[in-house]
Amino acid sequence: MMTESLLQLEHVFQSYGTGSRRFTAVEDINLRLSTGEFVALLGPSGCGKSTLLRIIAGLQEATQGKVLYRGKRLVGVNPYTSIIFQSFALFPWLSVLENVSLALKVRGMDKTEREKKAEDLLDRVGLDGFESAYPRELSGGMRQKVGFARAMAVEPELLCMDEPFSALDVLSAESLRGELLELWTEGKIPTKAILMVSHNIEEAVFLADRIIVMDKEPGRIIAEHQIDLPHPRNRKSSQFQTHVDQVYAILAGQTRTESEELGSAPGEVGITRHLPEIEISDLAGLLENLAEGEKSKHDIYLLEEELGIESNDLLKLTEAAELLGFASIAKGDIELTPLGQTFADASILARKEIFASRARRIPLMKWLLTMLHSAEDKRLKINVIQTALSLDFSPLEAEQQIEVLINWGRYGELFIYEDDSEMIKLEEGK
Amino acid sequence: MTQDIQIFHTPQRSHKAITGGDVFAFALILALLYIGARLAINAPEVIPGPDISLSPSALPIYALLSVGRMTAAYFLSLIFSIVYGRIAAYHKNAEKILMPLLDVLQSVPILSFLPVVLLSFSAFLPQDVAAELASIILIFTSQAWNLTFAWYQSLTTIPKELNEASSIFRLNAWIKFKSLELPFGMISLIWNSMMSWAGGWFFLMAAEIFTVGSRDFRLPGLGAYLQEAANQSNFTAIIWGVGVLILTVVVLDQLIWRPLIAWSVRFKVEMVESDVQPTSWFLDLMRKANLTRAISKWMITPITESFDQFNIKHHSSISNGGDTKGQIKWPTIVILVVVLLSITYALFRAAEMLITVPLMEWGAIGLGVSATLIRVILALVIALTWTIPVGVAIGTNHRLAAILQPIVQITASVPATALFPVLLLVLINLQGGLNGAAVLLMLMGTQWYLLFNIIAGASAIPQDLIYISKLMGLSGWQRWRTLILPAIFPYLVTGAITASGGAWNASIVAEYQNFGGETLSVTGIGSIIAQATAKGNYPLLLASTLSMIITVILVNRLYWRRLYRLAAEKYRME
Repeated sequence: MMTESLLQLEHVFQSYGTGSRRFTAVEDINLRLSTGEFVALLGPSGCGKSTLLRIIAGLQEATQGKVLYRGKRLVGVNPYTSIIFQSFALFPWLSVLENVSLALKVRGMDKTEREKKAEDLLDRVGLDGFESAYPRELSGGMRQKVGFARAMAVEPELLCMDEPFSALDVLSAESLRGELLELWTEGKIPTKAILMVSHNIEEAVFLADRIIVMDKEPGRIIAEHQIDLPHPRNRKSSQFQTHVDQVYAILAGQTRTESEELGSAPGEVGITRHLPEIEISDLAGLLENLAEGEKSKHDIYLLEEELGIESNDLLKLTEAAELLGFASIAKGDIELTPLGQTFADASILARKEIFASRARRIPLMKWLLTMLHSAEDKRLKINVIQTALSLDFSPLEAEQQIEVLINWGRYGELFIYEDDSEMIKLEEGK
Repeated sequence: MTQDIQIFHTPQRSHKAITGGDVFAFALILALLYIGARLAINAPEVIPGPDISLSPSALPIYALLSVGRMTAAYFLSLIFSIVYGRIAAYHKNAEKILMPLLDVLQSVPILSFLPVVLLSFSAFLPQDVAAELASIILIFTSQAWNLTFAWYQSLTTIPKELNEASSIFRLNAWIKFKSLELPFGMISLIWNSMMSWAGGWFFLMAAEIFTVGSRDFRLPGLGAYLQEAANQSNFTAIIWGVGVLILTVVVLDQLIWRPLIAWSVRFKVEMVESDVQPTSWFLDLMRKANLTRAISKWMITPITESFDQFNIKHHSSISNGGDTKGQIKWPTIVILVVVLLSITYALFRAAEMLITVPLMEWGAIGLGVSATLIRVILALVIALTWTIPVGVAIGTNHRLAAILQPIVQITASVPATALFPVLLLVLINLQGGLNGAAVLLMLMGTQWYLLFNIIAGASAIPQDLIYISKLMGLSGWQRWRTLILPAIFPYLVTGAITASGGAWNASIVAEYQNFGGETLSVTGIGSIIAQATAKGNYPLLLASTLSMIITVILVNRLYWRRLYRLAAEKYRME
């Protein structure tokens, strides 16, 4: 099959806000998509992969750069694409048939014709018999099938999927992936290329021909990974596992020197490091698990299955462990540091102390504690902190970072937070 | 009242008591008031009222007339809400003015406008037309704001992905309105319509019985019928009138609102089936009927289909989610400048008019505001003393609720203003007749909001918490303090805010009455407004209406809003 270039992104930037409060969602994105390709956009949450998908679909206009579709500059909604949404985005008050045929109705197709076509599409995704059902009567997997049928109804050249399987339970997601692949590889749908946003590494390796790996702060492409395994792919095969391991190695990065790893405080030169949003009990769980085994090095991708969590959440935990100096990461492997080992073995109170001593070293936390020390009565309203943070973070991020700071500070007993007055204050004598 | 009702809507999370938008909104209101008062100067001195027949056979016509006014006002409100809400939701610049304006408008005591509107209309319209229009506008102002808020809120909370889906599938404005915006807002619109409708009765009745001095603004309708009956001490007619009023309210509830609510279940956005579904016998009947099916299949479906197709052919799809970027075009600027200039001019003239009000009258206004404030507080306190225990009892006891709920609902459905003349008839000969009657009227207009909210709050207390408080052996008072009062607090505040608004409104009718050929009045801002209307003292009318509006807005901002925030932040059950 001759491949031709379908979509091209040249130096695309997307930023929000103005002046000193300007935040870059994605930076300098260059991307090319050709017919016959199944491409996955993979990266941690906040890396701008969904933003990129929306720019490509024309739902959002890039602040800078060119978006070309079949060589022509894209203006407004891209007429050759359709989207399959994470939340399905079905109209709850319309029946399954009406949901699918609505897309055809606005194209001026008459009632009998569009209903016939919609029924045919529903047959193809295996939903015959459910035409008159309402979305709320269906399971998640079936709802997403309606989403598929609706997207197919407009015969898109480029099918965009925004984490299409992540709202589904494990089994439905798996069977739906298989069905999608069948439609795609056997050419049962007129779609020429598929672009999928995902934060699940295994899923991306299972489905895509090419994985574009993105990172956050700011959102950018850091690597491309080609997967040339034939379909259907066997998850247990060693080639498959190698690919997963390689992608993990890219995403988990490599532990750098401490100063690089920690970043700088807000207001200082350098990048202020985001604290990963994790539960401390989950981190403790990870460290205990790492401490249990015989071997010191663990493949991160194997932990995913062992701990029963998604790659996205696992990566946040490994990032936190790295940041706190409890573990080091290299080439997709994670290894406990002596400190991490001590933490895993320690009692509840000792853990808090170890955690506190490490958390104090993080520039963001150090900055907060210094501010508290110099504040009157050693207390601060959180909206003051939020304003101070908003020079380095977007409003939403600032709010999330404060939440993380409060959680970590409370656990390490670095300060007290009173929800009533929205005040953070230092404990007496500290 | 299973629906959460938001009382204070602050789009720009401002913690300031007064914002720039408020100032603009207030200037606009003052300008309008001035124009009204200015026009009112030409109002005829004597306005003969309609002849009200007390024969029961006239009642169906009166009921129809009243319902007709309500219907006209309701559709006016609905259209206004949909247009205003859409503009506010989709145009960032307009939103900055429109939403604060709405926020001020909804806390303005609507009845205080009645005299100004009536007088100014009767200055250039035939009397019956003026009174009809004024009543419709009055009901409109009582219904439109909460509908608009509900609609605006639902437009702005449409999930992002549903909006994106309608863009990517290229729905045009009409199809998007029909398939997404309207269905998404439907439940909230219907609930708010039902409340607006119930509130509308209160104002309709007030408008139908309004008389000052030699100006009789009454309208033929159920309210006027009841007032005439009370005037003539005709108890048979009073019973007939009240009976028909209750019947009308109940019939409308059963044939329109209940079916609508049961029907609107299909617009639930939650993807789970709930156990308890609202039902309506009338809706079931309609669904089973072959006639309705045939009409739907052979008439409604083809008509809407061809309308949709016509619309699709002539209007292409909207791009970028229909969100218009804030670009101001020059016609808009010209209009804005003209509006601003006229407002400034009207403000200037209003100030001139206000200067002519002598100091003594300002003193009287101050006294009047305080006297009315005391009555409002008294009415609220009395209402709280009985509604808290009764509401909690009903809310926590299912058997009691089953017996009392319908009775309470029917009693509450009778608009207090309609009963006021009847009340006067009973109380007039007692010590402090009108004073007592005024507080009683306020009480009647306010207590139901409180009661319904407290019932809702009490029935929302989780059963687990009730069990644990019993297990911990909390005594009666401790249980009230640690569990019941904090749990019902947000509902209590919500109810009290609406209740106090209702009480202020009631003061206009309650403090000044023409009864049995006599004029009765007590000290109060409501009575000053009415007397200014009677005497044709337009500067005083402007000054007193203005003072009442300012007082109510200040009480709202400085007192209720703080309590509301406390309730929303601290005493929320999640």
